[in-house]
Amino acid sequence: MMANAILAVMEQQEGKWNRMSWEALAAAQQVGAAVNAPVEAVVMGAGVRPLAEEAAQARLAQVHLLEHPLLERYTPDGYCAALRQLLAAVQPQYVLLPHTYQVRDFAPKLAVSLQRSLLSDCIGWRAEQAGLVFTRQLFQGKFNADISFEGPAPHFVSVQAGSFPAEKLLRGDAPAPVVPFAAQLEAAQIRTRPGEKFQESKRAVDLSQAEIIVAVGRGIKEQENLVVAEKLAQALGGEMGGSRPICDNGWLPMERQIGSSGQTVAPKLYIALGISGAIQHLVGMKGARTVVAINKDANAPIFEVADYGIVGNLFDIVPALTEEINNVKGQ
Amino acid sequence: MKIIVCVKQVPAKDAPLRLSEDARWIRDSELSFEMNEPDAYALETALQLKEKHGGEVVAISAGPARVQQTLREALAKGADRGIHIAEEPASRVDSLGVARLLAEAIRKEGFELVLTGLQSDDLGFGQTGVVLAELLGIPHATIIMEVQAEAGQLRVKRELEAGWFQWVEMPLPALLTIQSGISKLRYATLMGIKKAKTKELRQLSAAELGVAEPGGGQRLHRIYVPVKTKKTEFLEGAPKEVAAKLVEKLRQDVRVL
Ligand SMILES: Cc1cc2nc3c(=O)[nH]c(=O)nc-3n(C[C@H](O)[C@H](O)[C@H](O)COP(=O)(O)OP(=O)(O)OC[C@H]3O[C@@H](n4cnc5c(N)ncnc54)[C@H](O)[C@@H]3O)c2cc1C
Ligand SMILES: Nc1ncnc2c1ncn2[C@@H]1O[C@H](COP(=O)(O)O)[C@@H](O)[C@H]1O
Repeated sequence: MMANAILAVMEQQEGKWNRMSWEALAAAQQVGAAVNAPVEAVVMGAGVRPLAEEAAQARLAQVHLLEHPLLERYTPDGYCAALRQLLAAVQPQYVLLPHTYQVRDFAPKLAVSLQRSLLSDCIGWRAEQAGLVFTRQLFQGKFNADISFEGPAPHFVSVQAGSFPAEKLLRGDAPAPVVPFAAQLEAAQIRTRPGEKFQESKRAVDLSQAEIIVAVGRGIKEQENLVVAEKLAQALGGEMGGSRPICDNGWLPMERQIGSSGQTVAPKLYIALGISGAIQHLVGMKGARTVVAINKDANAPIFEVADYGIVGNLFDIVPALTEEINNVKGQ
Repeated sequence: MKIIVCVKQVPAKDAPLRLSEDARWIRDSELSFEMNEPDAYALETALQLKEKHGGEVVAISAGPARVQQTLREALAKGADRGIHIAEEPASRVDSLGVARLLAEAIRKEGFELVLTGLQSDDLGFGQTGVVLAELLGIPHATIIMEVQAEAGQLRVKRELEAGWFQWVEMPLPALLTIQSGISKLRYATLMGIKKAKTKELRQLSAAELGVAEPGGGQRLHRIYVPVKTKKTEFLEGAPKEVAAKLVEKLRQDVRVL
């Protein structure tokens, strides 16, 4: 093992990757190249050797296979205890993690238990003379902040979905060695008891197949106003979708929620009405081929992913748009 | 059950945000503020648990004097007492500083359950609750959508990605980070607002809590408006005009009409 490595923590559940793991790995490769340090990965769980071998196809110095029966199902206590043991042995300078719900659950605890802090939801970095400078968002994407680490390693960074595309991952010429690391854990250390994963209800609509989606956000203001968007969806022959607050309010059924906790969609056309464009919404729709955003705030982050943007009041624009579409279709 | 709820004051959703001269924060003297949205749901969860199991709800907030307004709002909705930790955050670069202050105040106060929001709308670390649990030495669970408490045990519904959930059980004392939308928020009644004026709102300082200069190991260089990387074509004109322009695009380029 080489001290000073860049270590990527990969995530699996029930033997299936969380795809953001590859993004964290790509980020680790990029940071490793900049600071000229070996890049290593850790795959953790129980019975996950096949996954570790898959990870070893990437260009890496080695893959740590961190296993224990008590890691079969994720718990923050189990994961933190096991990772602390691995980190003590590896002594990496940077630890990169994907900013998943699971990482949000344990990484801040892990970092603070080592008297370190986690730089969460990082969207980019650059090398400066004095060292690496990382960027994260503030105010739900309205501003960026540049931040660097001070004090002793390891430095913990979790990376935002989509910021380090997995396509940039470099493959190795030969598989990297997979090195088992036996964690020492006892059942008594683990204070929470996790249950099975489940889904709330069967989904009646499958928005992932929809060609056109008209999505509404809090800019719609009242439930009664939803009809404005429904008329547009009707004119286009599209499906309705919504941001989380709209579904939380019960204005649209949960199965029409788009984003990290809801559906991921990839229609030909996605029209966002009064949606600010928080990252948790964007991850669910940025695969759309064409995005149209209508928002009264010219600085709303939704315009960052929009092909066509209209800055203005949706209550003026949407009825005019619906009428125009109906005219064209009626011809 | 004695429940502590951490509520943060953040700029109001529609508040126009502008950078300060030194590009290290925003100009917040001219803004309006509100309770961080998930924290309002954390408070609601605490109030419902109290209604069911009895006990006490204490709201706590760290920040400048203006955060007392947010604590008063919590009191008006039904919290029994408030604690204000006076703080002028010099560096808002990580969650450790504020978590240390909260941890000391909460430890002094005593508790069975601590609730926080899952994330702040301004800094968006999504960390303070988890860090706080570690500092207090108690188990935690994050992104919680339902809470059941019985005989010193918690059973909570944790939100996972893509519409999946999981029940998690743990002993009390514990900490939960609450997701927006867990329940319906109540409004403060006139009666509640009146009563809030007489409820205890205690002030504490970092010195009284014995928390020295935080220094979490991160340094803020600057804050700036992100440079737009995507080439968005903005359509302009009166509603009828932009509608016609967009329809033209949908026909010719997007080919969905
Ligand atoms: C762990 C986690 C998971 C989450 N999962 C999801 C998820 O799956 N899906 C999701 O959507 N969110 C999710 N969120 C919430 C997300 O962070 C945002 O809070 C949410 O997406 C905001 O919804 P919104 O854009 O509708 O509302 P807001 O952010 O309030 O935006 C409203 C927008 O409407 C505009 N507007 C107002 N009036 C008008 C008008 N008259 N005309 C035109 N525009 C107008 C405003 O300028 C503003 O941009 C999650 C958050 C967390 C922390
Ligand atoms: N200054 C503060 N005062 C009280 N609670 C806070 C403060 N900062 C953060 N919190 C709590 O921690 C949660 C997560 O915040 P953050 O880690 O900044 O995303 C918030 O939803 C609050 O419940």
